[in-house]
Amino acid sequence: MLANYLPILIFVIVAAGLGVVLLGIGFVLGRGQKDQEKLSAYECGFEAFEDTRNRFDVRYYLVAILFILFDLELAFFVPWAVSLDAVGLFGIGAMGVFLALLVVGFIYEWKKGALEWD
Amino acid sequence: MSVVAMLFFIVVLLFALLAAAALLTWVERRLLAWWQDRYGPNRAGPFGILQAFADVIKILLKEDWIPPLADKPVFVIAPAIVAVTMLLGFAIVPLAPGLVIADLNVALLFFFAMTGLSVYSVTFAGWASNNNYSLLGSLRTAAQMISYEVFMLLSLVGVVILAGSFRLTDIVDAQRGMWFFVPQFVGLVVFFLAAIAETHRLPFDLPEAEHELVAGYHTEYSGMKFGLFFLGEYLGMMLSSAMIVTLFFGGWLGPPFLPPIVWFLLKTAFFVCLYLLLRAALPRPRYDQLMGYAWKFLLPVALLNIVVTGAIVVATRSPAEVGS
Repeated sequence: MLANYLPILIFVIVAAGLGVVLLGIGFVLGRGQKDQEKLSAYECGFEAFEDTRNRFDVRYYLVAILFILFDLELAFFVPWAVSLDAVGLFGIGAMGVFLALLVVGFIYEWKKGALEWD
Repeated sequence: MSVVAMLFFIVVLLFALLAAAALLTWVERRLLAWWQDRYGPNRAGPFGILQAFADVIKILLKEDWIPPLADKPVFVIAPAIVAVTMLLGFAIVPLAPGLVIADLNVALLFFFAMTGLSVYSVTFAGWASNNNYSLLGSLRTAAQMISYEVFMLLSLVGVVILAGSFRLTDIVDAQRGMWFFVPQFVGLVVFFLAAIAETHRLPFDLPEAEHELVAGYHTEYSGMKFGLFFLGEYLGMMLSSAMIVTLFFGGWLGPPFLPPIVWFLLKTAFFVCLYLLLRAALPRPRYDQLMGYAWKFLLPVALLNIVVTGAIVVATRSPAEVGS
């Protein structure tokens, strides 16, 4: 069982090595001269107006929460889908109830405007 | 397969992928030029094919620069993450019967793990750069990628129901009678849209929308670090094309006058070209349209697809199989 994952382990090592080598070649060959203008953050030619690590829109946070909810729901779908032959009609019914609960929540969040980006 | 043979196969595959990604940049520019009635790169070598190698040399020689205010370790590691995870995704793609690095019984989940990890690359890059454009671009990308990841997995639940397995070789074998794009056409459409958004290619390339965000999360990157982002994007295109072929278009299956691996490569090349055609053909939506489309349209459609597929499968299989 675990032997199945040996190729993956080898692949991870080789691929990570490749990434390090590519970065290394770039680092060795790509030497340049530093000067003050080059060292400032890119801001279309302006001086940087403000620090970047600032507050940002809460909606991104909301999307992340929605993602966690629906990803957890997917964790239920995955074993259900692969064993549908075994659970049969009862499985369909159980998933129907689960989905119905989920859809109620989904409609609520839609009506509340959590999906709007205006 | 012995360990040495395995290692040889892995190294050959990795170099083939890198060469294919480099060549794809040339193919893309030539095809775009052809569709837009211009020449494209045609000077270096026959049909300009050496342009790909010239670009690799150029990108290696460019100054390797790290902004002084950046979070240096994170800044350096971010581009490597996307390239390595996208390469790792190919470990589970069966090129032909028996020609797969790891025939896992949870191959589909492994694929999702790898695409999921690539989100970190974008987030790290934008945060570590300490640049306004980078941060905005990476926030957008992260929100877009995690949204579309949900539908990507949802769209494949139908395929899993039909095949009864996560193992990609089983899924291909289950398509001997009929390729899954017929019963799972809705799943295919959702998966393809989600795959475009995941690889942030046009028309869903809002993370890099150059007219508003300069270059999005990789604004501050140069040289080979930028090259690795680029590599990751092209590998992502090839990976999702290969997955579409494997899951919906019968993988290596085809009439026997060509060997299986040729069928697989031909079908994959077709979908890569479709990606490029979309870039030439479609304008970019607004960001709110993109996210609204995902949550308000694709999510209900994907859920409905699962319910209908499950109901049909349970209804049509013989009573001996069901509920026993």
